[in-house]
Amino acid sequence: MVGVSALNTLKFDAEACTGCGICVDVCPHGVFAQNSRTIYVVHGDACMECGACQVNCPFGAIQVDSGVGCAAAMIAAALTRKQQATCG
Amino acid sequence: MTGATDHRVVRPTTSAIMLGNRWDHFLARWAINRSGHRVAPGLYALGKPTADSPVFVSANYTLSFDALREALAGRDSYILVLDTDGINVWCAAGKGTFGTDELVQRIEATGLKDVVHHRTLILPQLGAPGVAAHLVTKRTQFKIEYGPVRATDLPEYLKTHQATPEMRRVHFPLRDRIVLIPVELVAVLPVLIVVIVLDLIGGFVSSPAIIAAILAGTVLFPILLPWLPTHAFSTKGLILGGIVALPFALIAFLSNPNAAMWLRATGALTWLLTLPPITAFITLNFTGSTTFTSRTGVRREIFAYIPVMAWLFGAGIALTIVRAAIKILGGA
Repeated sequence: MVGVSALNTLKFDAEACTGCGICVDVCPHGVFAQNSRTIYVVHGDACMECGACQVNCPFGAIQVDSGVGCAAAMIAAALTRKQQATCG
Repeated sequence: MTGATDHRVVRPTTSAIMLGNRWDHFLARWAINRSGHRVAPGLYALGKPTADSPVFVSANYTLSFDALREALAGRDSYILVLDTDGINVWCAAGKGTFGTDELVQRIEATGLKDVVHHRTLILPQLGAPGVAAHLVTKRTQFKIEYGPVRATDLPEYLKTHQATPEMRRVHFPLRDRIVLIPVELVAVLPVLIVVIVLDLIGGFVSSPAIIAAILAGTVLFPILLPWLPTHAFSTKGLILGGIVALPFALIAFLSNPNAAMWLRATGALTWLLTLPPITAFITLNFTGSTTFTSRTGVRREIFAYIPVMAWLFGAGIALTIVRAAIKILGGA
């Protein structure tokens, strides 16, 4: 697992990757790109840690500490001593 | 419907968005009855679908469901609505309610395998954070195809079942930012009322300045977001709040030309200290409404800038108190 950006927790393991391309499909910010059966991280700084790639990767080649990037939810969670910050 | 416990019912629906739907959308945009904009979970028949018709999956939030059925106008298809507690696809996926378990259970509860011959589901791409496609296939035999981010791209997508890179990207255009303003306004409404009341009953606060700072964060900020300099939402808010504070500082400075210079200067300074953190706190909280902020980034911002906001605001309040005390004691 190799970190791809100082701005987030996304890690990619090129060894475990089979090049199926599901990460390219699910990422809403174009972080991944595919060239035949090889996946490249092309826009690592844009990762918003939604977790779609990790959840959908069948080979465990992606790790990200996912969660909502929402200050209101995180402040509320801190104030109510909840572990997980969520909306609504 | 044959009974409340019979989930194997296929409800009819259409692509028509009626006046009642538009009214419901309007109320949802104003956060009125916020968790009440629901569709019954289950299977819906749009038009006259057959066992070979495509199956689309959505959330039981009216804005999500209506966007999908409207985009599918003229296409006989099934819509499988998951129970997401009346929350939209993306937020529900983040919480996991638009998720693998709910999808698997809903496939079984509706008897979808007996309704269609094929084994393909088309999901909105933004449902992906909650759904492990390979696990759904393992548990139900249904293959998952992630469609485009926006339902409006579905007609184009369905020609080839291949999304263009553009269809896969989330943007945050002006239109999408403006529709959020009502919800932002409703959220600060109690504060606005308190400020106005405090001003009316005895001038405890100067409501125009505070209201301006709040409206800067709720109305101006969503509009100006991409054009404000800096990356962090807090600093963008401090800059915007600073600009809004300037006229109030100027008025404070110029309105009493005969007062002592230090009194005029500190009067102006109180606005420059107190107003920007009010705006910045609101804009920091806007991170959750955007389509691109990460948890790591927001956490760093909270630790870096909440103390700055607190110090600025605290200094402004302290200065206000000191000035008032000196005035009362007749020092100036």
